[in-house]
Amino acid sequence: MRVLIMAKEGAVSDVPAAPTPEAMAAYQKFNEELVKAGVVLEAGRLYPSSQSKRVLFDGKKRTVIDGPFAETKELIAGYWLWQVRSIDEALEWLKRAPYDGGTFEVRQVLDYEGR
Amino acid sequence: MEHSKSARCSITRAGEGALAIGPRKIGAPHGPARDDTAVIEAHGAIEAIWRIESARLIAGLARIVGDIGTAEELAQDALIAALEQWPTEGVPERPGPWLMGTARHRAIDLIRRRQTLERKHEELGRDLELSREVNDLDTRIEEELDDDPLGLMFMACHPILSKDARVALTLRVLGGLKMDEIARAFLVPASTIAQRIVRAKRTLAEAHVRFEMPGRSERVKRLASVLEVIYLIFNEGFAATAGKDWVRPALCDEALRLGRILAELVPDESEVHGLVSLMEIQASRLPARVGPFGEPVLLLDQDRSRWDRLLIRRGLAALSRAETLGGALGPYALQAAIAACHARAATSAETDWPRIAALYDALAQVAPSTVVELNRAVAIGMAFGPAAGLDLVDALVHEPSLGAYHLLPAVRGDLLRKLGRSEEARAEFERAASLTQNARERELLQRRAAECAADGVAG
Repeated sequence: MRVLIMAKEGAVSDVPAAPTPEAMAAYQKFNEELVKAGVVLEAGRLYPSSQSKRVLFDGKKRTVIDGPFAETKELIAGYWLWQVRSIDEALEWLKRAPYDGGTFEVRQVLDYEGR
Repeated sequence: MEHSKSARCSITRAGEGALAIGPRKIGAPHGPARDDTAVIEAHGAIEAIWRIESARLIAGLARIVGDIGTAEELAQDALIAALEQWPTEGVPERPGPWLMGTARHRAIDLIRRRQTLERKHEELGRDLELSREVNDLDTRIEEELDDDPLGLMFMACHPILSKDARVALTLRVLGGLKMDEIARAFLVPASTIAQRIVRAKRTLAEAHVRFEMPGRSERVKRLASVLEVIYLIFNEGFAATAGKDWVRPALCDEALRLGRILAELVPDESEVHGLVSLMEIQASRLPARVGPFGEPVLLLDQDRSRWDRLLIRRGLAALSRAETLGGALGPYALQAAIAACHARAATSAETDWPRIAALYDALAQVAPSTVVELNRAVAIGMAFGPAAGLDLVDALVHEPSLGAYHLLPAVRGDLLRKLGRSEEARAEFERAASLTQNARERELLQRRAAECAADGVAG
């Protein structure tokens, strides 16, 4: 199954300074381990939500709203797409991530029909 | 502690049973009592940890003790210990090293006992093979090498074993799959798989196949066997040879995972990237390969908007890596390049058939086979007209190796139909339908035969 791992904005972009070289190295080591295990399909980081836009749909009407948005804890700062065999496997991998703060959400990606 | 062989075997079976506990219920509103929930959660976690750690664990142990059977038993023993301790004491912070530490203790135990036995033999003036092993034991148990899993792959895919045995052993020790999971994937009883694996381990032991990294010249040959096993697993999932399902994606997932792991272990081997590319691109079509009623949909009829763009992108990247490494003419890279031609075409009408025909020409040179020749005929038929294709297919009709191969009459039927020879085409499709073992494919071929019959009426 595929799972999407979302780093909540409170976890990453609220960090005022750039991550320390040690933290970066620890993250890279972890990511490398994931790649070596054939887990990572895709990874990406997003610009802060202050630079994001929202489009609201209401019938035929479309409204574009500029960031920043208030509820930063619910916003996504980065993501991983993993190929794993169970949610438990995803959780076990995620627990090994070298973070000492923040919230990460694990969501299973819907498979195509017939699977 | 006495570790008799039979005691370990029974523990191994207990381990299988213990892990076979039902799936963990996440947030189930009427879940079991609190303690049970904790136990089930721990079991879910342990099962996941086993999936993550088992290959590395078994590989590391195989390097220490030499043989795959003992290594797996030791790993299973460590798993039993985890199943006993973790539900009450909690999962350790670093479960991998915990399992390895536990298993290592037992491995050292075992080797010390072997050593004692060896000394007795020494007194009897027997030749010593094991003592050398024991001398560098300390080094071996201390380090954990990144390429341990590679050594395990070489062992599980040893050419001395039958293909079936290699596949089963690979899924077992590298995929971390349970016997019944492997059995279900191959539609055979679990006891068959268990026997196959036991026999494979015995064969390896009897031939004194030890955990080792083959030398440069041997390595190419051994790597080819690993690639073959991975692709066999993939293909069994991609076009199930028997049964009522047309695809079994779980097997494709396993094969892809093994391929991706292998590509990281031997990043300089172009054919590994070629195989990964081929599998990624083929897997990208899985969502489009099955129609709403579970029926097969052939490549040119597929809804390309359902192809998995992520896998295509990964496949094309792997192909360019293989080519950069100078491996454009490797058999897997060539097949990947052919798959890439299809992946790049926005519609089937835009397919670059002359290029595909040229790639098949190259493939027929480096890896000649009747199946490649048949595919080349299809490509040439598409590129230069059905008559040119039919000439090639007709040359294959009396090939003994294709005698029972359903795709030969299927391809011939297709070309005949394009040439307006509907009655001959119908006979070929019917023959193809009678040859396939897959129920879904049989229906498809029968439908094509019926279409030809309708042509005849209409024409």
